[in-house]
Amino acid sequence: MISRREFLQATAAAAALTAGSGLGPLGRAAAQQKLSQADILRFQPQGQITILHVADIHAQLMPLQFREPAVNLGVGEVKGLPPHLTDAAFREHFKIAAGSADAFALTSDDFVSLARNYGRMGGLDRIATLVKAIRAERGDDKVLLLDGGDTWQGSWSSLQTKGQDMVDVMSALKLDAMTSHWEFTLGAERVKEIVEKASFAFLAQNIRDKEWNEPVFPPRKVFEKGGVKVAVIGQALPRTAVANPRWMFPEWEFGIREDELQKQVEEARAEGAAIVVLLSHDGFDVDRKLASRVKGIDVILTAHTHDAMPGLIRVGDTVLVASGSHGKFVSRLDIAVKDGKVADIRFKLMPVFADAIAPDSEMATLVTKLRAPYAADLAREIGRTDSLLYRRGNFNGSFDDLICDAMLTQRDAEIALSPGFRWGGSLLPGEPITWEAITNATAITYPNCYRMEMTGAQLKEILEDVADNIFHPDPYFQGGGDMVRIGGMGYAIDVGKPMGSRISGLTHLKSGKPIDASRKYVVAGWASVNEGTQGPPIWDVVRDHVAATRTITIKPNDAVKVSGA
Amino acid sequence: MLTHLPTLSRRDAVKAAAWALAAAAIAPRLAFADEKAVAAEIKKLYGDKPMASGKIKLDVPEIAENGLVVPINIEIESPMTEADYVKAVHVFAEGNPQPGVVSYQFTPACGKASAATRMRLAQTQDIICVAEMSNGTLHTAKANIKVTIGGCGG
Repeated sequence: MISRREFLQATAAAAALTAGSGLGPLGRAAAQQKLSQADILRFQPQGQITILHVADIHAQLMPLQFREPAVNLGVGEVKGLPPHLTDAAFREHFKIAAGSADAFALTSDDFVSLARNYGRMGGLDRIATLVKAIRAERGDDKVLLLDGGDTWQGSWSSLQTKGQDMVDVMSALKLDAMTSHWEFTLGAERVKEIVEKASFAFLAQNIRDKEWNEPVFPPRKVFEKGGVKVAVIGQALPRTAVANPRWMFPEWEFGIREDELQKQVEEARAEGAAIVVLLSHDGFDVDRKLASRVKGIDVILTAHTHDAMPGLIRVGDTVLVASGSHGKFVSRLDIAVKDGKVADIRFKLMPVFADAIAPDSEMATLVTKLRAPYAADLAREIGRTDSLLYRRGNFNGSFDDLICDAMLTQRDAEIALSPGFRWGGSLLPGEPITWEAITNATAITYPNCYRMEMTGAQLKEILEDVADNIFHPDPYFQGGGDMVRIGGMGYAIDVGKPMGSRISGLTHLKSGKPIDASRKYVVAGWASVNEGTQGPPIWDVVRDHVAATRTITIKPNDAVKVSGA
Repeated sequence: MLTHLPTLSRRDAVKAAAWALAAAAIAPRLAFADEKAVAAEIKKLYGDKPMASGKIKLDVPEIAENGLVVPINIEIESPMTEADYVKAVHVFAEGNPQPGVVSYQFTPACGKASAATRMRLAQTQDIICVAEMSNGTLHTAKANIKVTIGGCGG
């Protein structure tokens, strides 16, 4: 096995390079696998201002493995359009060589061998190195650092500190502004407490209090950088109150609120903003539609759907940026303004290769300090995995299979339901399953694993409802996330059909019999959005299963038959 | 072995499952109104009078955040003078046990014809708004509101 440090010289995947001719966004160095920090940072600067964007870090302070999806279907008008391309189609579209560093960072096939070659990605200390280097190059007064949200949730330390560890590192990174989604699952009071003291702006134009219909957070902030006024408008996840427990923020209403957003853009222009940026957590397809309807936005920094794209997507006069997740990437945009308007935008998706980038010592020290109270717990090895464990994909992920297996065995259930979350790291075959790995896939504030009876008809109803949330042809009806993961039951789905007729062929896998609509099945699940859900936290259920099994092997999952894509 | 195992009514399934149906599903299976029931209600009020589109701005969420209290804002375009004003506005729901949701009466003294309220929606359905003008003409507008189980947000 190649040590991670050696990846700069590694040639293991070089043979695969002949398969693709593209040089990708990192260029020849990446294709030749001699990638260095300088290659990652290389950029021909231009214009008055540099915007840096991170999103969906999901509280990952440390470098990790995160496999991008093999299945990421687009429906309706966006069928087959980026970001709904995977593997070879993705590489072809963005001119990326197979086996290259870009291929590893952005696609899923050959993940295990490439991961052993290129090592982990992300880590706040590496991100800090990039941010500081760009600030030094451009000058502090020209750089704006923006975070698309889903930053304070996703790890054991963020759960234990109620997001404080992430608030501390983002403050140290001198973040300028953020918007939000999972942050709200810390509860309204905690979010308000953080926001009142924060050194950065917390922006959301689309949240209102129910009683007075007044904005809960500032909708926008105007920054003056490089002598240019930049208006940043925040857009929190419009479906937060549907996707997550509403009782945690009962006084707030969300929604897309196009009309109000249009007003924000107009007010910002009237204030003299030369650049209008939407710092969004809408999800990519929602923002693509929004860009065609709300006029006057120069840049939409997208988030939520965890897409990473090494190119801009243009809709009319608006460009969309997708910066990936888990700290794997930092997007850089250099914007030239002429006559009070955007004249040119230069863009690069910078991959955060942990082994190529020297950690920033100040940030590394802070991260170590923040993790210290939990370090021993996090490192505890519960078992090992023989299989690649990953999360992303529209229909299943092997880490979710593990969670479902845990619920079936530990909760003595016939069927298990696990939410289609898009966050959580990947583990390579042979790696230990530590407490950190388990909690990186489960750390939420509503973790109880319930056990109850549901009829076959109710199970189908759940599948139909979740499928409509992902495959509704109108993006404004899509809430993000992937399909609910099922243990013990198979089904067929035609993603092209309307609500109520996508799901068929429900099968009880153990008996091979069709699911009976009127029969009751014992079902275990977690992440219920209802207050007062009873049951042990899911991380304990998974821990007990892994500890009892010792070595986890996940068989290829063919229980979901997909058509209509 | 776990012994106590609750049996689920439809109501509880929804409440307990990870993807609990919002308000809607919570309603037990009553006989729901439908397109015909709404049409019958409108006929009771206005007979077979023709209805035009336009003039009504029906502002509702695409997806209800809480099916128990779905906000609805209605605004009718009208000078609201003695000669030309909105007399009445009715809101109907096609998928609730009762088709009628709310009716408003206006006079020119109202200054403008707008109203906001919250309604309970039992399931994904169309909301129909009918406005009666002082000259007797009718306008109508329709909006679909989705009531979803929720959960699973990425």
